[in-house]
Amino acid sequence: MPTADEIKQRIEAAIPGATAEVEDWTGGGDHFRAVVVSPAFKGKTRIQQHQMVYAVFGDEIGGPIHALSLKTQES
Amino acid sequence: MSENPLRDAIEEAIKENEVILFMKGTPEAPACGFSARTAAALQALNAPFAAVDILPDPRIRQELSALSGWPTIPQLFVKGELIGGCDIVMELYESGELAETLGVEPPADAPEPAASSTQSPPLGIENRLG
Repeated sequence: MPTADEIKQRIEAAIPGATAEVEDWTGGGDHFRAVVVSPAFKGKTRIQQHQMVYAVFGDEIGGPIHALSLKTQES
Repeated sequence: MSENPLRDAIEEAIKENEVILFMKGTPEAPACGFSARTAAALQALNAPFAAVDILPDPRIRQELSALSGWPTIPQLFVKGELIGGCDIVMELYESGELAETLGVEPPADAPEPAASSTQSPPLGIENRLG
């Protein structure tokens, strides 16, 4: 079961220059909410930005991570 | 016909319906908070849309995600293109861009979609159904 902190660290490690704020939405360890800011989002559509974050977790989304609600911003 | 009739059927549905929402449950009886909010945003704009309940067969979701590259449900497509899931649809709804994308008039007083008025997190009901 991932923690909010693990998810934050994985996003920040995978996306160049990213800072992430992650909260466990329900306290149950499977619904998370993240705000991710990165210069790597420049020139990308919202869909592409979210896909970059989802790609960090692959099959875990929909599996152990039931839901990851995202807000992405270019820095 | 390819060797994957289910994927063909999904592609066909996306092509034939200008606005199509893949969701858990139905707009009248959504089975997940994210699906409920997304359907409510479309309904608040009086936008006609087709809805597909992905719960009856887990393969629908597998094929859909393989096709769209998007891991979660709901997924909204407009004119054959993936618009996004709940977060993006809500952002677009609040900024007025959703009405523009759908080619409908934004409501004058921009009411919150009904299902988003509660801030409580979605319950795990979709796990039991899925």
